[in-house]
Amino acid sequence: MASEYLVEIRNLTYAYGPRPVLVNIDMAIPRGKVVAIMGISGSGKTTILRLIGGVIAAQRGEVLFDGQKVDPRARAQLYRQRRRMGMLFQFGALFTDLSVFDNVAFQVREHTDLPESMVRDLVLMKLHAVGLRAAHASMPGELSGGMARRVALARAIALDPALMMYDEPFTGLDPIALGVTANLVRRLNSALGITSIVVTHDVAEALKIVDYVYYLSQGRIVAKGTPEEMRANPDPLVRQFVYGQAEGPVSYQYPSRPIAEELGV
Amino acid sequence: MMFGRNALSLRGIGAHTIDALWRLGYATRFLGLTITHSGTSLRRPRLIIREIYYTGVLSLVIILVSGLFVGMVLGFQGYHTLQTYGSESALGVLVALSLVRELGPVVSALLFASRAGSAVTAEVGLMKATEQLAAMEMMAVDPIARVMAPRFWAGVISMPLLAAMFSAMGVFGGYLVGVVLIGVDQGTFWSQMQAAVDFREDVLNGVIKSCVFGVAISWIAVFEGYDAPPTAEGVSGATTRTVVTSSLAVLGLDFIMTAFMFQGV
Repeated sequence: MASEYLVEIRNLTYAYGPRPVLVNIDMAIPRGKVVAIMGISGSGKTTILRLIGGVIAAQRGEVLFDGQKVDPRARAQLYRQRRRMGMLFQFGALFTDLSVFDNVAFQVREHTDLPESMVRDLVLMKLHAVGLRAAHASMPGELSGGMARRVALARAIALDPALMMYDEPFTGLDPIALGVTANLVRRLNSALGITSIVVTHDVAEALKIVDYVYYLSQGRIVAKGTPEEMRANPDPLVRQFVYGQAEGPVSYQYPSRPIAEELGV
Repeated sequence: MMFGRNALSLRGIGAHTIDALWRLGYATRFLGLTITHSGTSLRRPRLIIREIYYTGVLSLVIILVSGLFVGMVLGFQGYHTLQTYGSESALGVLVALSLVRELGPVVSALLFASRAGSAVTAEVGLMKATEQLAAMEMMAVDPIARVMAPRFWAGVISMPLLAAMFSAMGVFGGYLVGVVLIGVDQGTFWSQMQAAVDFREDVLNGVIKSCVFGVAISWIAVFEGYDAPPTAEGVSGATTRTVVTSSLAVLGLDFIMTAFMFQGV
Protein backbone atom coordinates (compact mmCIF):
# COMPACT_ATOMS: atom_id res chain seq x y z
CA MET A 1 0.00 0.00 0.00
CA ALA A 2 1.25 3.45 -0.85
CA SER A 3 2.31 5.53 2.09
CA GLU A 4 0.18 8.50 3.08
CA TYR A 5 3.18 10.70 2.37
CA LEU A 6 4.29 11.51 -1.17
CA VAL A 7 7.66 12.86 -0.11
CA GLU A 8 9.61 11.75 2.93
CA ILE A 9 12.91 13.17 4.04
CA ARG A 10 14.78 11.18 6.64
CA ASN A 11 17.64 12.38 8.78
CA LEU A 12 19.07 14.43 5.95
CA THR A 13 22.29 16.39 6.18
CA TYR A 14 23.71 18.46 3.35
CA ALA A 15 26.84 20.58 3.44
CA TYR A 16 28.20 22.92 0.82
CA GLY A 17 31.93 22.49 1.26
CA PRO A 18 32.66 22.76 4.98
CA ARG A 19 29.49 24.82 5.58
CA PRO A 20 26.47 22.77 6.71
CA VAL A 21 23.34 23.94 4.89
CA LEU A 22 20.87 21.42 6.26
CA VAL A 23 21.29 19.40 9.45
CA ASN A 24 19.29 16.31 10.42
CA ILE A 25 16.14 17.25 8.56
CA ASP A 26 13.07 15.03 8.91
CA MET A 27 10.06 15.97 6.86
CA ALA A 28 6.95 14.27 5.57
CA ILE A 29 4.75 15.80 2.90
CA PRO A 30 1.24 14.29 2.97
CA ARG A 31 -0.49 13.54 -0.32
CA GLY A 32 -2.92 16.17 -1.56
CA LYS A 33 -1.74 18.88 0.81
CA VAL A 34 -0.01 22.22 0.32
CA VAL A 35 3.02 22.40 2.57
CA ALA A 36 5.14 25.50 3.04
CA ILE A 37 8.82 25.50 3.88
CA MET A 38 9.54 28.88 5.39
CA GLY A 39 12.53 30.63 6.78
CA ILE A 40 14.68 33.67 6.24
CA SER A 41 16.96 33.90 3.20
CA GLY A 42 19.87 31.50 3.42
CA SER A 43 18.12 29.09 5.77
CA GLY A 44 18.41 26.23 3.27
CA LYS A 45 14.84 26.22 1.90
CA THR A 46 15.67 26.07 -1.78
CA THR A 47 18.30 23.41 -1.11
CA ILE A 48 15.51 21.10 0.08
CA LEU A 49 13.73 21.48 -3.27
CA ARG A 50 16.97 20.75 -5.09
CA LEU A 51 17.44 17.63 -3.01
CA ILE A 52 13.90 16.41 -3.68
CA GLY A 53 14.39 17.07 -7.40
CA GLY A 54 17.65 15.11 -7.33
CA VAL A 55 19.70 18.06 -8.59
CA ILE A 56 22.13 17.54 -5.73
CA ALA A 57 22.84 14.58 -3.48
CA ALA A 58 22.74 14.64 0.29
CA GLN A 59 25.81 13.60 2.25
CA ARG A 60 23.69 11.73 4.77
CA GLY A 61 20.09 10.63 5.01
CA GLU A 62 17.64 10.02 2.20
CA VAL A 63 14.80 11.51 0.22
CA LEU A 64 11.92 9.26 -0.78
CA PHE A 65 9.53 10.19 -3.55
CA ASP A 66 6.44 8.00 -3.60
CA GLY A 67 8.31 5.41 -1.58
CA GLN A 68 11.28 5.32 -3.93
CA LYS A 69 14.67 6.78 -3.14
CA VAL A 70 15.72 9.89 -5.09
CA ASP A 71 19.27 9.23 -6.21
CA PRO A 72 21.03 11.66 -8.61
CA ARG A 73 23.39 8.88 -9.70
CA ALA A 74 20.60 6.59 -10.95
CA ARG A 75 19.77 8.84 -13.88
CA ALA A 76 17.18 6.70 -15.65
CA GLN A 77 15.18 6.26 -12.47
CA LEU A 78 15.64 9.92 -11.54
CA TYR A 79 14.29 11.03 -14.92
CA ARG A 80 11.27 8.75 -14.46
CA GLN A 81 10.66 10.35 -11.07
CA ARG A 82 11.11 13.85 -12.45
CA ARG A 83 8.42 13.26 -15.03
CA ARG A 84 6.04 13.13 -12.07
CA MET A 85 7.41 16.32 -10.52
CA GLY A 86 6.84 19.88 -11.61
CA MET A 87 8.92 22.79 -10.47
CA LEU A 88 8.22 26.48 -10.69
CA PHE A 89 11.45 28.45 -10.63
CA GLN A 90 11.73 31.80 -8.90
CA PHE A 91 11.67 33.83 -12.12
CA GLY A 92 9.88 31.29 -14.28
CA ALA A 93 12.90 30.15 -16.29
CA LEU A 94 10.88 30.15 -19.51
CA PHE A 95 12.75 29.21 -22.70
CA THR A 96 13.27 32.63 -24.22
CA ASP A 97 13.63 31.31 -27.78
CA LEU A 98 10.22 29.60 -27.72
CA SER A 99 6.76 31.17 -27.72
CA VAL A 100 4.43 30.81 -24.73
CA PHE A 101 2.61 28.00 -26.56
CA ASP A 102 5.84 26.13 -27.36
CA ASN A 103 7.06 26.57 -23.80
CA VAL A 104 3.96 24.88 -22.40
CA ALA A 105 4.06 22.25 -25.16
CA PHE A 106 7.76 21.52 -24.52
CA GLN A 107 7.37 18.63 -22.09
CA VAL A 108 4.40 17.19 -23.94
CA ARG A 109 6.37 17.05 -27.18
CA GLU A 110 9.51 15.74 -25.50
CA HIS A 111 7.85 12.95 -23.54
CA THR A 112 4.82 11.90 -25.55
CA ASP A 113 3.95 11.12 -29.16
CA LEU A 114 0.60 12.90 -29.06
CA PRO A 115 -0.62 14.29 -32.39
CA GLU A 116 -0.22 18.05 -32.77
CA SER A 117 -3.98 18.67 -32.54
CA MET A 118 -4.07 17.04 -29.12
CA VAL A 119 -0.95 18.94 -28.00
CA ARG A 120 -2.73 22.12 -28.98
CA ASP A 121 -5.84 21.27 -26.94
CA LEU A 122 -3.76 20.27 -23.94
CA VAL A 123 -1.62 23.42 -24.04
CA LEU A 124 -4.62 25.71 -24.41
CA MET A 125 -6.32 23.96 -21.48
CA LYS A 126 -3.29 24.48 -19.26
CA LEU A 127 -2.95 28.10 -20.33
CA HIS A 128 -6.66 28.57 -19.64
CA ALA A 129 -6.14 27.20 -16.13
CA VAL A 130 -3.67 30.01 -15.41
CA GLY A 131 -5.82 32.57 -17.22
CA LEU A 132 -3.43 33.20 -20.10
CA ARG A 133 -4.93 31.38 -23.06
CA ALA A 134 -4.94 34.64 -25.03
CA ALA A 135 -1.17 35.04 -24.61
CA HIS A 136 -0.29 31.77 -26.33
CA ALA A 137 1.39 33.44 -29.30
CA SER A 138 3.49 35.87 -27.25
CA MET A 139 7.19 35.48 -26.64
CA PRO A 140 8.38 35.29 -22.99
CA GLY A 141 10.14 38.65 -23.33
CA GLU A 142 6.77 40.34 -23.93
CA LEU A 143 5.26 39.15 -20.62
CA SER A 144 5.29 40.83 -17.22
CA GLY A 145 6.98 39.03 -14.32
CA GLY A 146 3.68 37.75 -12.93
CA MET A 147 2.48 36.51 -16.31
CA ALA A 148 5.78 34.80 -17.03
CA ARG A 149 5.47 32.92 -13.76
CA ARG A 150 1.95 31.81 -14.58
CA VAL A 151 3.08 30.55 -17.98
CA ALA A 152 5.89 28.69 -16.23
CA LEU A 153 3.28 27.22 -13.93
CA ALA A 154 1.22 26.06 -16.91
CA ARG A 155 4.37 24.51 -18.34
CA ALA A 156 5.15 22.74 -15.06
CA ILE A 157 1.67 21.18 -14.83
CA ALA A 158 1.51 20.26 -18.52
CA LEU A 159 1.89 16.55 -17.85
CA ASP A 160 -0.13 16.52 -14.61
CA PRO A 161 2.65 15.91 -12.10
CA ALA A 162 2.01 14.26 -8.75
CA LEU A 163 4.15 16.83 -6.96
CA MET A 164 4.48 20.55 -7.62
CA MET A 165 7.39 22.45 -6.11
CA TYR A 166 7.33 26.23 -5.98
CA ASP A 167 10.55 28.13 -5.39
CA GLU A 168 9.70 31.57 -4.00
CA PRO A 169 6.59 31.95 -6.16
CA PHE A 170 5.58 35.28 -4.63
CA THR A 171 8.84 37.21 -4.90
CA GLY A 172 8.67 40.49 -6.78
CA LEU A 173 4.97 40.39 -7.62
CA ASP A 174 2.52 43.26 -7.20
CA PRO A 175 -0.29 42.66 -4.66
CA ILE A 176 -2.81 41.61 -7.32
CA ALA A 177 -0.46 39.23 -9.11
CA LEU A 178 0.55 37.90 -5.71
CA GLY A 179 -3.04 37.14 -4.75
CA VAL A 180 -3.69 35.56 -8.15
CA THR A 181 -0.62 33.34 -7.90
CA ALA A 182 -1.41 32.28 -4.33
CA ASN A 183 -4.97 31.35 -5.24
CA LEU A 184 -3.72 29.50 -8.26
CA VAL A 185 -1.38 27.37 -6.14
CA ARG A 186 -4.27 26.40 -3.87
CA ARG A 187 -6.78 25.90 -6.69
CA LEU A 188 -4.50 23.79 -8.85
CA ASN A 189 -3.69 21.63 -5.87
CA SER A 190 -7.35 20.79 -5.33
CA ALA A 191 -8.36 20.67 -8.99
CA LEU A 192 -5.53 18.43 -10.14
CA GLY A 193 -5.33 16.43 -6.93
CA ILE A 194 -1.61 17.06 -6.59
CA THR A 195 0.69 17.64 -3.65
CA SER A 196 2.48 20.97 -3.39
CA ILE A 197 5.56 22.24 -1.63
CA VAL A 198 5.91 26.01 -1.47
CA VAL A 199 9.23 27.50 -0.48
CA THR A 200 8.67 31.07 0.57
CA HIS A 201 9.38 33.80 3.04
CA ASP A 202 6.12 35.56 2.32
CA VAL A 203 4.40 34.70 5.60
CA ALA A 204 1.08 36.50 5.20
CA GLU A 205 0.30 35.02 1.80
CA ALA A 206 1.59 31.56 2.58
CA LEU A 207 -0.28 31.14 5.86
CA LYS A 208 -3.52 31.86 3.99
CA ILE A 209 -3.19 29.03 1.51
CA VAL A 210 -1.15 26.22 3.04
CA ASP A 211 -2.14 23.24 5.19
CA TYR A 212 1.10 22.77 7.04
CA VAL A 213 4.29 24.73 7.67
CA TYR A 214 7.88 23.76 8.33
CA TYR A 215 9.94 26.63 9.69
CA LEU A 216 13.66 26.43 9.03
CA SER A 217 16.43 28.38 10.67
CA GLN A 218 20.12 27.87 10.01
CA GLY A 219 19.52 24.54 8.37
CA ARG A 220 17.37 23.05 11.12
CA ILE A 221 13.63 22.67 11.51
CA VAL A 222 12.81 24.83 14.52
CA ALA A 223 9.03 24.74 14.28
CA LYS A 224 6.27 22.98 12.41
CA GLY A 225 2.52 22.96 12.46
CA THR A 226 -0.65 24.24 10.86
CA PRO A 227 -0.89 27.97 10.08
CA GLU A 228 -2.93 28.49 13.28
CA GLU A 229 -0.31 26.73 15.35
CA MET A 230 2.39 28.85 13.75
CA ARG A 231 0.56 32.09 14.51
CA ALA A 232 0.12 30.98 18.13
CA ASN A 233 3.67 29.67 18.49
CA PRO A 234 5.35 31.34 21.48
CA ASP A 235 8.93 30.71 20.27
CA PRO A 236 10.49 34.18 19.82
CA LEU A 237 12.27 33.00 16.65
CA VAL A 238 8.95 32.02 15.04
CA ARG A 239 7.14 35.09 16.34
CA GLN A 240 9.77 37.40 14.93
CA PHE A 241 9.38 35.80 11.50
CA VAL A 242 5.60 35.42 11.47
CA TYR A 243 5.01 38.97 12.62
CA GLY A 244 7.95 40.49 10.72
CA GLN A 245 9.61 42.13 13.73
CA ALA A 246 12.95 43.86 13.19
CA GLU A 247 14.22 43.00 16.66
CA GLY A 248 14.42 39.47 17.98
CA PRO A 249 16.68 36.44 18.05
CA VAL A 250 17.54 36.93 14.37
CA SER A 251 19.91 39.87 14.12
CA TYR A 252 19.62 42.41 11.30
CA GLN A 253 23.39 42.66 11.26
CA TYR A 254 25.47 39.98 9.61
CA PRO A 255 27.66 38.54 12.40
CA SER A 256 30.55 40.98 12.79
CA ARG A 257 32.80 42.79 15.23
CA PRO A 258 31.16 45.57 17.26
CA ILE A 259 30.94 48.74 15.17
CA ALA A 260 32.89 50.81 17.70
CA GLU A 261 35.80 48.43 17.43
CA GLU A 262 35.58 48.43 13.62
CA LEU A 263 35.62 52.24 13.45
CA GLY A 264 38.36 52.45 16.07
CA VAL A 265 36.46 54.68 18.53
CA MET B 1 63.08 35.53 1.38
CA MET B 2 64.05 35.04 -2.25
CA PHE B 3 63.55 31.32 -1.88
CA GLY B 4 60.12 31.87 -0.40
CA ARG B 5 58.97 33.99 -3.33
CA ASN B 6 60.30 31.48 -5.86
CA ALA B 7 58.56 28.68 -4.08
CA LEU B 8 55.39 30.73 -4.12
CA SER B 9 55.52 31.44 -7.85
CA LEU B 10 56.43 27.83 -8.51
CA ARG B 11 53.39 26.80 -6.55
CA GLY B 12 51.36 29.31 -8.60
CA ILE B 13 52.59 27.77 -11.87
CA GLY B 14 51.81 24.31 -10.54
CA ALA B 15 48.33 25.34 -9.48
CA HIS B 16 47.66 26.94 -12.88
CA THR B 17 48.91 23.86 -14.71
CA ILE B 18 46.81 21.50 -12.65
CA ASP B 19 43.84 23.80 -13.12
CA ALA B 20 44.32 23.93 -16.90
CA LEU B 21 44.73 20.16 -17.12
CA TRP B 22 41.67 19.60 -14.97
CA ARG B 23 39.66 21.88 -17.22
CA LEU B 24 40.92 20.13 -20.35
CA GLY B 25 39.87 16.81 -18.86
CA TYR B 26 36.49 18.20 -17.91
CA ALA B 27 36.01 19.62 -21.41
CA THR B 28 36.99 16.28 -22.96
CA ARG B 29 34.51 14.45 -20.76
CA PHE B 30 31.90 16.99 -21.84
CA LEU B 31 32.72 16.35 -25.51
CA GLY B 32 32.35 12.63 -24.90
CA LEU B 33 28.98 13.17 -23.23
CA THR B 34 27.83 15.42 -26.06
CA ILE B 35 28.72 12.79 -28.65
CA THR B 36 27.20 9.88 -26.74
CA HIS B 37 24.04 11.93 -26.07
CA SER B 38 23.56 12.75 -29.75
CA GLY B 39 20.81 10.17 -30.26
CA THR B 40 18.02 12.73 -29.79
CA SER B 41 19.54 15.05 -32.39
CA LEU B 42 20.02 12.26 -34.90
CA ARG B 43 16.46 11.00 -34.41
CA ARG B 44 15.11 14.54 -34.72
CA PRO B 45 17.27 16.22 -37.40
CA ARG B 46 14.99 19.26 -37.19
CA LEU B 47 16.83 20.23 -34.00
CA ILE B 48 20.15 20.33 -35.87
CA ILE B 49 18.67 22.03 -38.93
CA ARG B 50 17.30 24.84 -36.77
CA GLU B 51 20.77 25.41 -35.29
CA ILE B 52 22.40 25.23 -38.72
CA TYR B 53 20.20 28.16 -39.65
CA TYR B 54 21.41 30.19 -36.66
CA THR B 55 25.08 29.29 -36.83
CA GLY B 56 25.59 28.60 -40.53
CA VAL B 57 23.04 30.48 -42.61
CA LEU B 58 23.25 33.65 -40.55
CA SER B 59 27.07 33.59 -40.90
CA LEU B 60 26.78 33.52 -44.71
CA VAL B 61 26.90 37.27 -45.23
CA ILE B 62 30.15 37.85 -43.37
CA ILE B 63 31.70 34.71 -44.89
CA LEU B 64 30.77 35.57 -48.48
CA VAL B 65 31.74 39.24 -48.26
CA SER B 66 35.07 38.41 -46.59
CA GLY B 67 35.74 35.69 -49.17
CA LEU B 68 35.13 38.13 -51.99
CA PHE B 69 37.46 40.75 -50.56
CA VAL B 70 40.20 38.32 -49.64
CA GLY B 71 40.05 36.97 -53.22
CA MET B 72 40.18 40.44 -54.71
CA VAL B 73 43.17 41.42 -52.58
CA LEU B 74 44.87 38.15 -53.56
CA GLY B 75 44.23 39.12 -57.19
CA PHE B 76 46.01 42.45 -56.79
CA GLN B 77 48.90 41.18 -54.66
CA GLY B 78 49.38 38.02 -56.73
CA TYR B 79 49.36 39.91 -59.98
CA HIS B 80 51.87 42.41 -58.65
CA THR B 81 54.33 39.69 -57.59
CA LEU B 82 53.83 37.35 -60.56
CA GLN B 83 54.22 40.19 -63.05
CA THR B 84 57.80 40.71 -61.85
CA TYR B 85 58.62 37.22 -63.15
CA GLY B 86 56.44 37.53 -66.21
CA SER B 87 54.10 34.80 -65.08
CA GLU B 88 50.78 36.65 -64.69
CA SER B 89 49.11 33.70 -66.35
CA ALA B 90 49.59 31.72 -63.12
CA LEU B 91 47.37 34.16 -61.23
CA GLY B 92 44.41 31.74 -61.22
CA VAL B 93 46.58 28.99 -59.72
CA LEU B 94 47.92 31.26 -57.01
CA VAL B 95 44.49 32.52 -56.02
CA ALA B 96 42.86 29.08 -56.02
CA LEU B 97 45.66 27.27 -54.19
CA SER B 98 46.01 29.93 -51.50
CA LEU B 99 42.29 29.78 -50.90
CA VAL B 100 41.49 26.07 -50.90
CA ARG B 101 44.62 25.05 -49.01
CA GLU B 102 44.94 27.79 -46.40
CA LEU B 103 42.94 30.97 -46.46
CA GLY B 104 39.54 29.40 -47.07
CA PRO B 105 39.54 27.01 -44.11
CA VAL B 106 41.52 29.25 -41.73
CA VAL B 107 39.96 32.66 -42.34
CA SER B 108 36.42 31.29 -42.48
CA ALA B 109 37.09 29.37 -39.24
CA LEU B 110 38.30 32.55 -37.53
CA LEU B 111 35.23 34.41 -38.74
CA PHE B 112 32.97 31.53 -37.74
CA ALA B 113 34.47 31.48 -34.24
CA SER B 114 33.79 35.15 -33.72
CA ARG B 115 30.41 35.26 -35.42
CA ALA B 116 28.76 31.95 -34.49
CA GLY B 117 30.95 30.52 -31.70
CA SER B 118 30.53 33.59 -29.52
CA ALA B 119 26.78 33.60 -30.15
CA VAL B 120 26.45 29.96 -29.11
CA THR B 121 28.46 30.53 -25.92
CA ALA B 122 26.44 33.61 -24.98
CA GLU B 123 23.14 31.85 -25.65
CA VAL B 124 23.97 28.71 -23.70
CA GLY B 125 25.57 30.75 -20.89
CA LEU B 126 22.47 32.91 -20.56
CA MET B 127 20.21 29.87 -20.64
CA LYS B 128 22.20 28.59 -17.70
CA ALA B 129 22.17 31.94 -15.88
CA THR B 130 18.38 32.24 -16.23
CA GLU B 131 17.87 28.67 -14.96
CA GLN B 132 16.52 27.47 -18.31
CA LEU B 133 18.91 24.52 -18.29
CA ALA B 134 17.95 23.67 -14.70
CA ALA B 135 14.28 23.88 -15.66
CA MET B 136 14.87 21.53 -18.57
CA GLU B 137 16.72 19.14 -16.31
CA MET B 138 13.78 19.21 -13.86
CA MET B 139 11.42 18.39 -16.74
CA ALA B 140 13.41 15.18 -17.23
CA VAL B 141 14.90 16.47 -20.49
CA ASP B 142 18.66 16.18 -20.72
CA PRO B 143 20.13 19.61 -21.64
CA ILE B 144 23.22 17.99 -23.15
CA ALA B 145 21.10 15.99 -25.58
CA ARG B 146 18.54 18.72 -26.25
CA VAL B 147 20.63 21.92 -26.25
CA MET B 148 24.34 21.10 -26.51
CA ALA B 149 24.42 18.26 -29.05
CA PRO B 150 22.33 20.00 -31.76
CA ARG B 151 24.47 23.13 -31.48
CA PHE B 152 27.66 21.09 -31.61
CA TRP B 153 26.64 19.14 -34.72
CA ALA B 154 25.29 22.24 -36.43
CA GLY B 155 28.72 23.85 -36.09
CA VAL B 156 30.50 20.72 -37.30
CA ILE B 157 28.28 20.54 -40.39
CA SER B 158 28.28 24.28 -41.16
CA MET B 159 32.03 24.87 -40.99
CA PRO B 160 33.21 22.95 -44.10
CA LEU B 161 30.28 24.27 -46.12
CA LEU B 162 31.07 27.84 -45.14
CA ALA B 163 34.77 27.31 -45.91
CA ALA B 164 33.86 25.97 -49.36
CA MET B 165 31.69 29.00 -50.03
CA PHE B 166 34.43 31.30 -48.77
CA SER B 167 36.92 29.74 -51.22
CA ALA B 168 34.47 29.84 -54.13
CA MET B 169 33.71 33.47 -53.47
CA GLY B 170 37.45 34.19 -53.15
CA VAL B 171 38.19 32.61 -56.53
CA PHE B 172 35.44 34.75 -57.99
CA GLY B 173 37.00 37.84 -56.35
CA GLY B 174 40.39 36.95 -57.82
CA TYR B 175 38.75 36.55 -61.22
CA LEU B 176 37.06 39.94 -60.94
CA VAL B 177 40.32 41.72 -60.20
CA GLY B 178 42.68 39.64 -62.36
CA VAL B 179 40.58 39.11 -65.47
CA VAL B 180 37.91 41.80 -65.49
CA LEU B 181 39.88 44.67 -63.97
CA ILE B 182 43.51 44.04 -64.89
CA GLY B 183 42.94 42.05 -68.05
CA VAL B 184 44.71 38.71 -67.48
CA ASP B 185 43.63 36.29 -70.18
CA GLN B 186 40.48 34.52 -69.11
CA GLY B 187 41.39 31.23 -70.78
CA THR B 188 44.77 30.88 -69.08
CA PHE B 189 43.33 32.03 -65.73
CA TRP B 190 40.82 29.15 -65.59
CA SER B 191 42.73 26.45 -67.49
CA GLN B 192 45.89 26.84 -65.42
CA MET B 193 43.81 26.73 -62.29
CA GLN B 194 42.10 23.53 -63.40
CA ALA B 195 45.38 21.92 -64.33
CA ALA B 196 47.23 22.83 -61.15
CA VAL B 197 44.65 22.29 -58.42
CA ASP B 198 44.57 18.65 -57.38
CA PHE B 199 41.37 17.37 -55.83
CA ARG B 200 42.92 15.08 -53.24
CA GLU B 201 46.05 17.06 -52.45
CA ASP B 202 44.49 20.50 -52.29
CA VAL B 203 40.73 20.49 -52.09
CA LEU B 204 40.29 17.44 -49.86
CA ASN B 205 43.03 18.55 -47.48
CA GLY B 206 41.29 21.90 -47.17
CA VAL B 207 38.01 20.15 -46.40
CA ILE B 208 39.68 17.98 -43.75
CA LYS B 209 41.09 21.10 -42.14
CA SER B 210 37.77 22.86 -42.01
CA CYS B 211 36.07 19.76 -40.56
CA VAL B 212 38.64 19.67 -37.76
CA PHE B 213 38.18 23.40 -37.16
CA GLY B 214 34.42 22.87 -37.06
CA VAL B 215 34.75 20.28 -34.30
CA ALA B 216 37.22 22.43 -32.32
CA ILE B 217 35.19 25.64 -32.50
CA SER B 218 31.83 24.00 -31.76
CA TRP B 219 33.30 22.05 -28.88
CA ILE B 220 34.88 25.14 -27.32
CA ALA B 221 31.80 27.32 -27.89
CA VAL B 222 29.31 24.87 -26.40
CA PHE B 223 31.59 23.92 -23.51
CA GLU B 224 32.36 27.51 -22.53
CA GLY B 225 28.64 28.31 -22.49
CA TYR B 226 27.83 25.23 -20.44
CA ASP B 227 30.64 25.94 -18.00
CA ALA B 228 30.05 29.71 -17.72
CA PRO B 229 29.46 31.05 -14.20
CA PRO B 230 25.78 32.10 -14.13
CA THR B 231 26.45 35.84 -13.89
CA ALA B 232 26.85 38.74 -16.32
CA GLU B 233 30.65 38.72 -15.99
CA GLY B 234 30.66 34.95 -16.20
CA VAL B 235 28.88 34.91 -19.56
CA SER B 236 30.91 37.79 -20.98
CA GLY B 237 34.16 36.13 -19.88
CA ALA B 238 33.08 32.83 -21.42
CA THR B 239 32.21 34.52 -24.72
CA THR B 240 35.61 36.18 -24.87
CA ARG B 241 37.32 32.90 -24.02
CA THR B 242 35.47 31.16 -26.84
CA VAL B 243 36.77 33.62 -29.42
CA VAL B 244 40.33 33.69 -28.08
CA THR B 245 40.68 29.95 -27.42
CA SER B 246 39.07 28.82 -30.65
CA SER B 247 41.07 31.29 -32.76
CA LEU B 248 44.31 30.04 -31.19
CA ALA B 249 43.15 26.45 -31.56
CA VAL B 250 42.44 27.02 -35.26
CA LEU B 251 45.90 28.50 -35.87
CA GLY B 252 47.65 25.79 -33.85
CA LEU B 253 45.73 22.94 -35.46
CA ASP B 254 46.32 24.46 -38.89
CA PHE B 255 50.05 24.42 -38.33
CA ILE B 256 50.04 20.81 -37.16
CA MET B 257 47.82 19.60 -39.98
CA THR B 258 49.78 21.51 -42.62
CA ALA B 259 53.01 19.99 -41.31
CA PHE B 260 51.51 16.50 -41.66
CA MET B 261 50.02 17.18 -45.05
CA PHE B 262 53.34 18.46 -46.40
CA GLN B 263 55.18 15.44 -45.11
CA GLY B 264 54.29 13.39 -48.15
CA VAL B 265 55.29 16.12 -50.63
